[in-house]
Amino acid sequence: MTLTRRDVEGIALLARLEISEQELPVYVGSLSRIVGFIDQLSAAATEGVEPMAHPLENQVQPLRDDQVTEVDHRDRYQGNAPLVAAGLYLVPKVIE
Amino acid sequence: MTAAEIGRGLRAGSFTSVEVTKHFLERINHAGKQLNAFITVTPERAIADAGRADARIARGEGGPLTGVPLAHKDIFCTAGVLTSCGSRMLSNFVAPYDATVVERLAAAGMVMLGKTNMDEFAMGSSNETSWYGPVRNPWDGTKVPGGSSGGSAAAVAARLVPVATGTDTGGSIRQPGALTGLTGFKPTYGRVSRYGMVAFASSLDQAGVLAQSAEDAALVLGAMAGHDARDSTSVVVPVPDYAAGLGRSMKGLRIGVIREFFGEGLEEGTGRAVRAALEGFSAMGATIVELSLPNLPLSVPTYYVVAPAECSSNLSRFDGVRFGHRCKEPRDLLDMYKRSRGEGFGAEVKRRIMTGTYVLSAGYYDAYYLKAQKVRSLINADFKRAFSEVDVLMGPTTPTPAFAIGAKVDDPITMYLNDIYTIGANLAGLPAVSVPCGLVEGLPVGLQIIGPHFAEARLLAAAHSWQLVTDWHRRLPPLFA
Repeated sequence: MTLTRRDVEGIALLARLEISEQELPVYVGSLSRIVGFIDQLSAAATEGVEPMAHPLENQVQPLRDDQVTEVDHRDRYQGNAPLVAAGLYLVPKVIE
Repeated sequence: MTAAEIGRGLRAGSFTSVEVTKHFLERINHAGKQLNAFITVTPERAIADAGRADARIARGEGGPLTGVPLAHKDIFCTAGVLTSCGSRMLSNFVAPYDATVVERLAAAGMVMLGKTNMDEFAMGSSNETSWYGPVRNPWDGTKVPGGSSGGSAAAVAARLVPVATGTDTGGSIRQPGALTGLTGFKPTYGRVSRYGMVAFASSLDQAGVLAQSAEDAALVLGAMAGHDARDSTSVVVPVPDYAAGLGRSMKGLRIGVIREFFGEGLEEGTGRAVRAALEGFSAMGATIVELSLPNLPLSVPTYYVVAPAECSSNLSRFDGVRFGHRCKEPRDLLDMYKRSRGEGFGAEVKRRIMTGTYVLSAGYYDAYYLKAQKVRSLINADFKRAFSEVDVLMGPTTPTPAFAIGAKVDDPITMYLNDIYTIGANLAGLPAVSVPCGLVEGLPVGLQIIGPHFAEARLLAAAHSWQLVTDWHRRLPPLFA
């Protein structure tokens, strides 16, 4: 299967990735090859086969007590943020 | 010297951890400079930690790894130290906490020398996708060291550090281990906590070790493994004393040789070295049977649906809001997301995010993702059937020895096929190890040993037995001998 330029533009938008004009044809080519490669799965006989949910069987999800154990790390965590003010993460205006 | 030997020397008082640490820091800065194996070196912290380890040893405290230096793949969060994941996206990210792996190995007294280079977000088989540039193979500087844990592999192979951590999603420990002559160990899915390990494909990712020997791998794995309440995928299964189990005899071990691993595409010298290793195990009293895992050839296409799907979801967290790269002067929120991600991620990461976005998108989910998860069940069933007949499976780790830098960057499919023998173990969550078993034109070749879930001790014993009768793991790259 071959992807078109429009397909790749649509995927890039869904993935929130800016792709330049120069890069676009390269991705059209390589993504088409990848899709062609994974298309060989369609030939596998999988009638009645359950999709694999987890590599291990009989694992029980351990639960912890419903208690607050974490302390406030906001200042430390926000040290990595590009833009903060008054403890808030700032982004470009969303609502006029 | 191996990590175990350094540990014994430290406890015997032959040298101090500060001396050993300085020795390796010196090698990183001089002999190893051109390999580009490290993204960050942390000398002050290392010498301070070594001093504390010496004090522990002097008090008669600590264990076999206390005072032994190591390096962490730059995918593990290290409090107060750059944790870049080989990406421009995280080139400004100073981790606010330690990964559990980092914490546990520090508690064992190991001394971190720095963070190793890697393929960006662990997506690659050659360490050429790193924002920090390619890593060179110590055996031949024109060749790749493998990936994605290529910096860890090159660092240990050149003895810039005795042992290093890695992660393996599709072969990222075993493949570089094979290409640099190391013991590369990937444990069972869930055996080691992934808390603080940057996520790539959550149903496949597992942390492990790049070591000089099975003994070292056993010691470090033992110190890393075990349940962690902070990682809900880490299993509640006791960790055996791996080092104590190394002496197990190979007599009567049933080895299955995977027929599909010896077909077209396997380079001749690699095949010869692996077959010679199988004869070696036979001489030690193991029985060898050939068997077929008919669905295994579908493991690469299955992986290239499942892993990109999970990666597209995991990497959606990099949005330029809370951490990581943000573009300059965004026009609006959408522009900020698109440009921050477009600038922050490299070409291969973008390719995988888009592949994942495509296979998960409306109308294609059933045809690709669901189909791949069904084929994954078939592959898993193949392994299960095999392990009802044999104790371990063996075959080559990679189809060829290390290839030239730049040789495969233009064709993703060719690059992806490097992992043709390693991906199966990830899809089924199995433990697997690559051990050196020969040299082809001066480049190392790896024998892969795969076991059933939680058979780490069995794999380590097999690898150790092999290393007792061979010296491939003792060979050094001529430039670093």
